[in-house]
Amino acid sequence: MNISPSGHAALSLAQRAFNIRRHALRMGQVQGQGYVGQALGAADLLAVSYFHALRYQPQDPEWEDRDRFYLSIGHYAIALYAALIEAEVIPLDELETYGSDDSRLPMSGMAAYTPGMEITGGSLGHGLGIAVGACLGLKRKHSASFVYNLLSDGELNEGSTWEAAMSASHWKLDNLIAIIDVNNQQADGHSSEVLAFEPIVDRWQAFGWFTQRVDGNDIDALVSAFDAARNHTGAQPRVIICDTKMGKGVDFLETREKTHFIRVDENEWDLALENLQIGRTA
Amino acid sequence: MSALTHNEPGKKRLTTSAMIASIASEGQATRPAPFGHALAALAEQRADIVGLSADLSKYTDLHIFAKAHPERFYQMGMAEQLLMSAAAGMAREGFVPFATTYAVFASRRAYDFICMAIAEENLNVKIVCGLPGLTTGYGPSHQATDDLAIFRAMPNLMIVDPCDALEIEQAVPAIAAHQGPVYMRLLRGNVPLVLDEYGYTFEIGKAKTLRTGNDVLIISTGLMTMRALEAAKALQADGVDVAVLHVPTIKPLDEQTLLAEARKPGRLVVTAENHSIIGGLGEAVATVLLRNGVTPTFRQIALPDAFLDAGALPTLHDRYGISTPAVCARIKAWL
Repeated sequence: MNISPSGHAALSLAQRAFNIRRHALRMGQVQGQGYVGQALGAADLLAVSYFHALRYQPQDPEWEDRDRFYLSIGHYAIALYAALIEAEVIPLDELETYGSDDSRLPMSGMAAYTPGMEITGGSLGHGLGIAVGACLGLKRKHSASFVYNLLSDGELNEGSTWEAAMSASHWKLDNLIAIIDVNNQQADGHSSEVLAFEPIVDRWQAFGWFTQRVDGNDIDALVSAFDAARNHTGAQPRVIICDTKMGKGVDFLETREKTHFIRVDENEWDLALENLQIGRTA
Repeated sequence: MSALTHNEPGKKRLTTSAMIASIASEGQATRPAPFGHALAALAEQRADIVGLSADLSKYTDLHIFAKAHPERFYQMGMAEQLLMSAAAGMAREGFVPFATTYAVFASRRAYDFICMAIAEENLNVKIVCGLPGLTTGYGPSHQATDDLAIFRAMPNLMIVDPCDALEIEQAVPAIAAHQGPVYMRLLRGNVPLVLDEYGYTFEIGKAKTLRTGNDVLIISTGLMTMRALEAAKALQADGVDVAVLHVPTIKPLDEQTLLAEARKPGRLVVTAENHSIIGGLGEAVATVLLRNGVTPTFRQIALPDAFLDAGALPTLHDRYGISTPAVCARIKAWL
């Protein structure tokens, strides 16, 4: 049984991850599209973030002592909305507005729109640099808060990510935890083929980071890695490289030809929700 | 090529000035490092001020601040994208970061980071940049002749182009007090002191008449106000009566004052700026006037739409028409 630091009812992290996947699929169904492949893949690491690692108050998203969660990858907004709904930062019924005019849940994550969406993402390669500044600011304030930044493997193409990586170890930012979702998929194809990112562990270590690589769909492994990142005593930033499977939890989406934007036909949303439920109860 | 052909035989050839040459003319009153001293003084009053540099603190006068407040100085390395995003992160945590580099690097290299990490969220970052326009003889890599054009279209961003040391000293606390992002062009080193003669006070968003005159209205910004005032004095001797309206805030423009001045009949209206003729003060003023049906005879003093030569600053200012003699000559030709 997991007790969330934010004081939520005790549901298992696996149940939280399931609920996050279900919220994401329902948003996709409402809009008829969305980056559900990424959301399904990242649901486990988001469940561990919001129901194990992060300190926050659902009713006060700007609580000064919260841990910050920066989503640089704006197109993962659907995944973070699902997590924020599960975390009761956003009401469940607001899910129906996803991607609609005047909704607080636009397709790409923007700070001004959504409670709990800390930064405006979308232009990739910004998040880690903003996190560096925030960590410096938190240290100036003698704050105990951490900054978590969720990046994608594609975002490692951006030179600015590496400027920030170099800076974070220069400043010994032990309050910074980067999470990299490695699903090996970016807009034009497999990330490894678009711009090879391996050896990814060696690269982050060489930049001075406390580096772990885990199966990003293994909740126990994620919990251990998040704990180790937080409790590590070295004066250095921390990175958790999470290998994830796009479409995870819905078997016909897991095996569908992988693209950056997985196509789901109109009649498939209900099937996907059923399939998710079957996988959960099996 | 042109740098060679412009040299007249027998005339002593000026050497290319250092990258950070002073724009002060010989014998002109100056103050050292007004930005660095003003920021250091402001930091005594305000605990939320921090300074960030991208490996150019000595060349933007931020080293004065760094020496006075070492724990509030952040050396971000030669990484302008990081400089701007980290400044955004500091602002998110309640600080007022002064992010400094050269104007070329902020406007050209770090644009997306200023736009999306800072301006889109209306964060309280002050971007203060050296070598605006043609203030170095180093060539196009360091001459920010396009920064105003680049930044004017960015929503939320205020743009300030101060004229002299006095104005920089006054603008630093003023832009810090303004809620939201600001881009300020910086004159560094021994900066001329000019506006003290005119009982001038900088106010954000306000254009101010420094001198009245019946024949010509020069609407100027930045160091070109200094040149406009010198030209006005010189032209007085030739019986030409020149008014000077100084416009330090380029965005938002003080439309009311501009219109009131430009409506006064019988005057040639000349804009003067240390920037490309495209996209700077001149075009901004022209748009305001046209939109409001005010159509005086209108001319622009600005840098050409070109990558400019390397060379000594006085040579280049003459060549491109922004030295005081060049300003006088052009105005006389237009009258």
